[in-house]
Amino acid sequence: MSAPLGLFHPAGPSAQQIAPLLWGLIWLSILVVVLIILALGLALISRGRGRADPLRVVTEESRRGLRWIYGATGASVLVLLVLVGWTWETMASTSSPPAPTAFTVDVSGAQWWWRFTYEPQNGTPGFATANELHIPVGVPVRFRISAEDVIHSFWIPALGGKTDAIPGQVNDAWLEADKPGTYSGQCSEYCGQEHAEMALLVVAEPQASFDAWRSHQTATAAPALGATGETVFVQNCGRCHTVRGTAATGMLGPDLTHLMSRSTIAAGMLSNSRGNLAGWIANPNGIKPGAKMPAVPLSGPQLQAVLTYLSTLT
Amino acid sequence: MMSVPETDILPRTVDLADDPHLPERLNRIWETAPGLYGWISSVDHKSIGRRYIVTAFVFLLLGGLEALVIRLQLASANQHVVTPEQYDQLFSMHGITMIFLYALPVLSGFSNFLFPLVLGARDMAFPRLNAFSYWVYLAAGLFMYASFLMGAAPDDGWFNYAPNSLPAFSPGPNMDFYALGMIFLGVSTTVGAANFVVTVLRMRAPGMTLARMPILVWGTFSASAGILLAVPAVSLAFFLLWLDRTFGTKFFSSSDAGQPLLWQHLFWIFAHPWVYIIVLPAMGLVSDALPILCRRPIVGYGLVAGATVATMIIGFGVWAHHMFATGLPPIASAYFSAASFIIAIPSAVATFAWIATIWSGRPQFTTAFLYFAGFIVMFVIGGMSGVVTAAAPADLQITDTYFVVAHLHYVLIGINLFGVLGGLYFWFPKMTGRLLGERLGRWNFWVTFIGFNAAFMPMHLTGLMGMPRRVYTYPADPGLNLVNLISTLGSDVLGVGILLFLINVWLTLRRPRTAPANPWNAPTLEWSLPSPPPAYNFAVIPTVASRHPLWEDRMDNRSGRSVLDRGLALDDGKEALATTVLEARPDAVLKMPGDSPWPFALAAMMSVFFSALLSQSWWIGAASIIGLMVCTVIWLWPERRLAQTAEPPNV
Repeated sequence: MSAPLGLFHPAGPSAQQIAPLLWGLIWLSILVVVLIILALGLALISRGRGRADPLRVVTEESRRGLRWIYGATGASVLVLLVLVGWTWETMASTSSPPAPTAFTVDVSGAQWWWRFTYEPQNGTPGFATANELHIPVGVPVRFRISAEDVIHSFWIPALGGKTDAIPGQVNDAWLEADKPGTYSGQCSEYCGQEHAEMALLVVAEPQASFDAWRSHQTATAAPALGATGETVFVQNCGRCHTVRGTAATGMLGPDLTHLMSRSTIAAGMLSNSRGNLAGWIANPNGIKPGAKMPAVPLSGPQLQAVLTYLSTLT
Repeated sequence: MMSVPETDILPRTVDLADDPHLPERLNRIWETAPGLYGWISSVDHKSIGRRYIVTAFVFLLLGGLEALVIRLQLASANQHVVTPEQYDQLFSMHGITMIFLYALPVLSGFSNFLFPLVLGARDMAFPRLNAFSYWVYLAAGLFMYASFLMGAAPDDGWFNYAPNSLPAFSPGPNMDFYALGMIFLGVSTTVGAANFVVTVLRMRAPGMTLARMPILVWGTFSASAGILLAVPAVSLAFFLLWLDRTFGTKFFSSSDAGQPLLWQHLFWIFAHPWVYIIVLPAMGLVSDALPILCRRPIVGYGLVAGATVATMIIGFGVWAHHMFATGLPPIASAYFSAASFIIAIPSAVATFAWIATIWSGRPQFTTAFLYFAGFIVMFVIGGMSGVVTAAAPADLQITDTYFVVAHLHYVLIGINLFGVLGGLYFWFPKMTGRLLGERLGRWNFWVTFIGFNAAFMPMHLTGLMGMPRRVYTYPADPGLNLVNLISTLGSDVLGVGILLFLINVWLTLRRPRTAPANPWNAPTLEWSLPSPPPAYNFAVIPTVASRHPLWEDRMDNRSGRSVLDRGLALDDGKEALATTVLEARPDAVLKMPGDSPWPFALAAMMSVFFSALLSQSWWIGAASIIGLMVCTVIWLWPERRLAQTAEPPNV
């Protein structure tokens, strides 16, 4: 199965511990359904259609029938009790990470994107990014999950189960990826018009690349070469967006300090290219109806200047 | 055989054969007047039951059309059949319609029609309340559907999570329609349930002890008791939501000490029992009709009746399994997870009993039987996918995906709709005097069954592929595209199946009323009456001695013989018999209220009241409260002929 959100290839300890329970239950369900259909089929052919005398009623008490009910129910009870035990065991083993978590990321769901704030670690400052998480391979990471407006749900199927992002509440979760790769995630609690377009990406990479990424992300933006673009950006976009190291310090939208390091824009909706950025800035609602980002009236040259400026935010 | 026990009041006991004019007299007393006025005023439970079913079917068709548009939008990725906003309204109204305006009302229709007939009574305990309950249901349904006319239908899903339902995120009237509509509808549900509970406890024919009641009575009785406990939570939740939206209170807001999760608890502590409320009566219909078509009593009657009650009780203890991802304390998740496994046990008992019944009976492969057999298969599929979601860790992966969409449709369509369609094939002759066509019935069943499974079986896979619910589109992935396309095609076939049913009904209704009293050779009291039954149901009140009054001569039955042709005449005005709660001994003669237009007027006035609240026209609201009081006073105005005086014997 190629589906990027599929549950077929668990890639971290949490998802891997859930998978046997999930698939075990599914196969057991299939088995039960098949057995019941067989029983039903046998029941249907056992006495034929009995057209002989439509008025005749089967009067004998069905002791065999009662024995079957008791027996089958007893077996079901045993199976269900085993399943309760298996469930509790899995809950216990997934409740805490296999090793101490390396660091904490604050996850905040918003209509319709994700804010990821890496907390300061070992003297390196914290920083914020959006829609694209980077984590080191083989180390559990702690997530503190909340929301800025309505309820969302944070879900990366290959790594583990969902945790709701609820405004006014912080939910704790941990995830770990075993091997390097890109894992898809998606908001999975209905959160309004663009619930469908609220994806996220997790990039799991070896510790060294992760450290490099992290130290790059902590840096402020390089001084702008194209001064016009920065000015236009700060004036028109800076009330909602932050570019660290400039006067753009808005908090409503994603932090764009290292926009070019992200592979997608608009919460996974479009690949991050100059053309897509241009279309998005010119008319966000044309691409994502209901999106909270307003269409900022920029002239053609202004738009080009902003795009050029954004392309420097590596 | 069995004489009518002595009571303080000794009304006339007659032999039907000795009093040939009794039916005529009763008919004059009980018959609804012709014309529009009579139609609006009727309190005949049979008319009300049929109206419930017809109205619920209209809503089923509306909800079905909404679903077909949804499936069209999802037929492939990145479609633009509807806008995201329209999509949100469609899936929300689809859920609201099916769960609140179809699923329970259609079962209320069956129960309204059948209760007095299977219990050996002349009417429900509160006939005018019964009419009122129908009119309020109709008015509340129209109220919620009026939102479409304003282009502002509810758009936050049927479970309507806060804070997305608050004005900051939903400024239009959409949510007000839903909040007020649900409070409005809750009035209908509540009075209807109270009526069923009292009818079961006090209106059973003499001798019909609790252990002689048909299972469908157990089903609706349990569900009604559940309603009385569950609906207050949701009415309160929607009332608080309305306060939040209208007056700026902060019950569900995330600021100012509000608590978004409070909504989820209030909602699910109602809505999970509700799931059982809308399946138990359907399971009851099948538990009664299926054995008849197998020509034997159900195997394990006591077990099935007990399972029905147990399901409803345990159903109140599993609500937070909808909330595993919200950050519940582990001990809570552990409990709710275990309880959700345990609730499968009574369902398993019922399933095994149905299979044992077929096994040891002689099944007659009528269309109704096919529906019941299909019902069992889909019940097991929906039940087992429910067991998968009971495991909290597994649920964290599949909740809010299409796996759950598949699960809930197997449960609701499998149990409710298939039970209802089978039930209609079975009881249609009693309701209309006509037998539905069997040949077209087969086609109807197979097309519906195949269409349903083609639409919803692939959704399990869609969910395991990670597609979340309530999305208007999905990534253009070939696998996702394929399963979604199959579901869309399946839903169209399912639509054709329902269309075949409507054609069958239409063709049948054009034929004369030729159905015999008991076309299935059934054993219960309703089949002792003509099809359709007269206005007064039973010319003399029957005395019941077993669970199968009409099979006693064919069964080796040690319990005695029921008496159907001799009993209380109760023809001194509109009268019915009240019996004791456990043993069903005659207790009192009830003076039943006649037809009245005031339940209709009160429901109409309530529509004015709720519309005034919706438009925040406070003066109209205040005036309509006076109107409500006037209607209530006139409705309840004491009438001499309703005085509950002791009657002298044999005047």
